[in-house]
Amino acid sequence: MNASLPSRWGLRFLGLGYLTMLLLIPLVMIFYKTFEDGIKPPLDAITSPDGLHALKLSVLMVVIAVPLNTIFGIGCALLLVRRKSKVNPVIDAVINLPFAVSPVVIGLSLYILYGVGGWFAFISEEGFKILFAVPGMVLASIFVSLPFVVRETVPVLQEIGTDQEQAASTLGANGWQTFRKITLPSIRWGVAYGVVLSTARVLGEFGAVTIVSGSINGQTQTLPLFVEKQYANFNSTGAYGASLVLALLALLTLLAMNLLKRKEDA
Amino acid sequence: MGISVEGANKRFGDFQALDDVSIEVPDGSLTALLGPSGSGKSTLLRAIAGLEDLDSGLVTINGENATGKPAQKRGVGFVFQHYAAFKHMTVYDNVAFGLKIRKWDKAKTSARVHELLELVQLDGLAGRFPSQLSGGQRQRMALARALAVEPKVLLLDEPFGALDAKVRKDLRTWLRNLHEEMHVTTIFVTHDQEEAMDVAGQLVVMNEGRVEQSGTADELYEHPANEFVMSFVGEVNRLGDHFVRPHDMEVVLDADERTQEGLVQRIVTLGFEVRVELVLSDGTEVWAQLTRAELQRLELREGQIAYLRPAQAKSFNGSSPSIPDGASTPLGSRDGGDAGLPAAV
Repeated sequence: MNASLPSRWGLRFLGLGYLTMLLLIPLVMIFYKTFEDGIKPPLDAITSPDGLHALKLSVLMVVIAVPLNTIFGIGCALLLVRRKSKVNPVIDAVINLPFAVSPVVIGLSLYILYGVGGWFAFISEEGFKILFAVPGMVLASIFVSLPFVVRETVPVLQEIGTDQEQAASTLGANGWQTFRKITLPSIRWGVAYGVVLSTARVLGEFGAVTIVSGSINGQTQTLPLFVEKQYANFNSTGAYGASLVLALLALLTLLAMNLLKRKEDA
Repeated sequence: MGISVEGANKRFGDFQALDDVSIEVPDGSLTALLGPSGSGKSTLLRAIAGLEDLDSGLVTINGENATGKPAQKRGVGFVFQHYAAFKHMTVYDNVAFGLKIRKWDKAKTSARVHELLELVQLDGLAGRFPSQLSGGQRQRMALARALAVEPKVLLLDEPFGALDAKVRKDLRTWLRNLHEEMHVTTIFVTHDQEEAMDVAGQLVVMNEGRVEQSGTADELYEHPANEFVMSFVGEVNRLGDHFVRPHDMEVVLDADERTQEGLVQRIVTLGFEVRVELVLSDGTEVWAQLTRAELQRLELREGQIAYLRPAQAKSFNGSSPSIPDGASTPLGSRDGGDAGLPAAV
């Protein structure tokens, strides 16, 4: 590129301006609006029983969905890369479904499956509530964040190849020892990256969870649902405050992601 | 004892990687599996190690049937072409890996690891990571790692293939010395005939999934079983149905009834050795290996006519290629109907 100085600066200005208009200003506005009337109103909203419950529930979603996705993701990536099979392309395509399907549709499909008259309605009839309860929300969270660990792990597994694993087996290591001492440490940054992305996705999930949870105050509200409810009830300060908490959590995951990236490059 | 493979077959889709292969490797020997890429030599080695399952055939290691046993139970040391270093572990932990799997106690492990690192001349580098080592150092580490568990046999898959020429030569010598010290039955795979002859006492030449011939370097060179072995082990010129080693090509300035005329195209001086490339009247391109002194005596120049007198030629026509003694006929004594070299022009 041999662009002249003015055009280079012009491009930079354009790029930064675009990002500022679309990303930065809206986020700064949240920050500004939250503290417009001081720190007390937003703090009250977040520390209200419903607000705290929403925060706890969001964390619970992460704590359940992300480890499950991580275990499944590693296993699935191993299957896709290490066991060549004719069904692999099908598995590969199915794993990408959550990327392609709108979360609302995912929520609706769970609703149809577990709701009255659905195939799995008997589970609720036996007394184990799924819809409008935590289990349904966990299912929705797992669904929407399923592909991340697989997608991040597959290329790393392909890159490291099988030499190290075979070397370990000739040295007497069994399958589990090889996985724990060789494979897992070799793919750890890829997996960690997938975990961070899954976490961000689960924290921010709105569409699918709204439908299966019913968004009941203090019972089935995660933080994004709480924000929406507060806003709909004209409690903007509460909505802004909770949004800020979400934004901060997102920033933390971004930070973790950057640190991991740097480690991976090193 | 040693290693034996009987009737090994292995197919990858349409590709027959091993076609009824049988080899015997004597206990304590150092044997090279030599062949071009795709000849099945690596597949055979991996089958011995248990890293590849055979479609059929028997693998016996030290008198024990190892067929179907998983790699981890075969007690083999394996060294890979691209080192297969455990990248997230230090040199020490790499070498200690097999010992930790065997639950050796710390003090014993440490003593053994340092003993091996000393053997491979890496003792000062125990705390380094593989990424901080050169290729040659990484391969020596891999060798120490394989030897740490006192394997019954040592298998090396093109161990020096990824190294530069100088390091390769050093490691070759070093491996030979190591084998003399340790006497562990060793098989190593290579496509480099010079390397095979330099290091190994016993050679197995493979081509297209089959064993073409096995024997010592001298046996293969002097009595190749067929055309393939003759041209793969050492250099060769082809004159009609006959094969002549470049050093058996005598270059003279006067024609007689046994010589052929050729035009000197190129003279390449490679130190002591001189390579004279000629083209015969029928268009065949051949080369003769002379010494510097011979070249000076002949006063050969590029573009001049010279005469070739093959001192010794081989023909594999009509004779079964599996008879190791071939049809070696000194051309000077034209007994029998074998030495039908194309007539001199």
